[in-house]
Amino acid sequence: MDAIFNRYRSYRSLVVLVVVVMVQVLYLAYQVKTGRDERLIRVWAVSAVTPFSGIFEAIRHNTVGFMKDYFLLLDVREQNSKLKTDNDKLRMENVFYRNQLATAEHARALTIFQAKTPSKTVAARVIGDSTVSTAKAVFIDRGSTSGIEKGMAVVTPNGIVGKVAAVYPLASQVLLVTDSTFKVGVESQRGHIHGSLNCGSGHCVVEQIQNEEDIAVGEWFYTSGEDRVFPRGFPVGTTLSVAQGNGMKDVRLNLSGAPGGVEEVLVVLEGVHQPIPTAVPPEEKMAPPLVPPPPDSKDLTGVPAGPGQTEADKMIQKYEQLGKQQDHVYGAMYSNMPNYNVKPAPKPVAPAGLTPGSPASTPPPTATAPPTQTGPVVLGAPVVHSTATGAPNHATATHPPAVRPTAPKPNLPLGSPRPTATQPVTPKPSASNPNATQPQ
Amino acid sequence: MNESSDHLLRSRRSSDGLFSRFQVAGLVVLTLIAIISKFYLPRLIPSAVWLEVPLLLTIYFGLMRPDPVPALLFGAFVGISEDSLSPANLPIGMYGITKTLVGYFAASVSQRFNVGNSLIRLVLCFFFYCFHAFFYWVMRRALLQQIVPFDTQLTLLHGAFNVAVALPLYLILDRMKLSDER
Repeated sequence: MDAIFNRYRSYRSLVVLVVVVMVQVLYLAYQVKTGRDERLIRVWAVSAVTPFSGIFEAIRHNTVGFMKDYFLLLDVREQNSKLKTDNDKLRMENVFYRNQLATAEHARALTIFQAKTPSKTVAARVIGDSTVSTAKAVFIDRGSTSGIEKGMAVVTPNGIVGKVAAVYPLASQVLLVTDSTFKVGVESQRGHIHGSLNCGSGHCVVEQIQNEEDIAVGEWFYTSGEDRVFPRGFPVGTTLSVAQGNGMKDVRLNLSGAPGGVEEVLVVLEGVHQPIPTAVPPEEKMAPPLVPPPPDSKDLTGVPAGPGQTEADKMIQKYEQLGKQQDHVYGAMYSNMPNYNVKPAPKPVAPAGLTPGSPASTPPPTATAPPTQTGPVVLGAPVVHSTATGAPNHATATHPPAVRPTAPKPNLPLGSPRPTATQPVTPKPSASNPNATQPQ
Repeated sequence: MNESSDHLLRSRRSSDGLFSRFQVAGLVVLTLIAIISKFYLPRLIPSAVWLEVPLLLTIYFGLMRPDPVPALLFGAFVGISEDSLSPANLPIGMYGITKTLVGYFAASVSQRFNVGNSLIRLVLCFFFYCFHAFFYWVMRRALLQQIVPFDTQLTLLHGAFNVAVALPLYLILDRMKLSDER
């Protein structure tokens, strides 16, 4: 009897293995068959993990970055006190661009984009990645309590990022466009040629484009709205290479949204279709990412930009002002570290051109919007100066966010019929909309 | 040596196993840290997306505990925990099945071979990483009909990368086990 028991005991582990694997296979088959997502397990797991991830992200974002900037600034200031050389200026400019571009301008770009886009959006921060290395997905710190629902599009001012794959109370999972299972309906800027973006093979290609179609290298692609996820008119990327294939063209795309490395995103709560911006002459160059402020404007600190002041000088003034306000002595040991994220105390004279309730006076965290811009100008928008006045002419720029026509746009809800490829992309003048511009 | 003495030896070996020295709480905490690190570490270090700390823990647990049943149950637990944080288009159970098999095979190997040698453990670790990646890819193709590329060279490279991480990790885990004995 004992021998029989021992004989069966040797098979015990095999039996347990088969049972455990079979249970999981059946459970998996049930999920695939019914298409049901086992929400309870995922909610528990995400709710248990995201608080830790949120804490880590907050520590990294606020402490580590702050310490890095602090020591860098301290180093630069010591050198600057010894000699005012060009090298020091370059370092200060580096600090300036790193601080301002990475934080304030990024937030400002999101805010301006959020304010200008006809779609209703909510900003979110990326707090974690997926556990599957081959799948491209991230978690953001907004969930169903912020009005986010499954299937919503996720974008940045520069381009598309992905779609909401799962929603939890305080977090959501975003499937990136670079995931192998994700396809996006896209449309070329010049010929309005429709295709399907697929990034599953390691590089992003636009499929379903006939060899006879004409696609130029560098041409922009926009969302076509056919996938029922992204509203029409969001920038996707530029054409990297075009090659004749077996019946279909091999069009490779360079994504403009950088979905893998993005830190802040916008979730489109209510999408509105927009027209595809018109094509522009290829000789026009991209402008630098920052729109330069007009000569009479104030800088970010509220300090007037006097003649001869460089960006490094403004930076020094700003940080000296912050240090004085918070009783910090630069270079002294045990001196409390100042908080560089607070806004310096404003000067008694209010900046000209800003009225209460204007977009520039509303929440943007550390920066104000350029005061003289009338169109939907976004960070990274190219600026083309007109020959007559030298004023920025954003209507003819090449970068997607800036080429939106300034005339009233036909804001179409999701699912409504859109202009076809043969129709002009900008609205024609009509009785109801006489100010609409013709395509250029 | 008859079956009864073999059974006695085996039962003694089991009682001397991991649970007696390596507390369950510590193991659960380590597993949670591994899963959270896989969830968050790629935000800090993008290349860490290929780091499979939960798999390394499963292999270690299997190798250190020759009884396959706890090893496969531990693998299932770790795998399902990972599945619950995977993209919603991947059903729960993919990692669960894969890691169940890894845990079982690791424990089975440790029954037949002396896995106390670090070199053997690292070779087995490399093998199980490749097995894990390949089996997961097969399951995505076969069960979910998802066409995803499988890069052999990249998998081998990531296997070597994980082995490099496993070397200090296993030493730390060994040290923790020894310190518990004192």
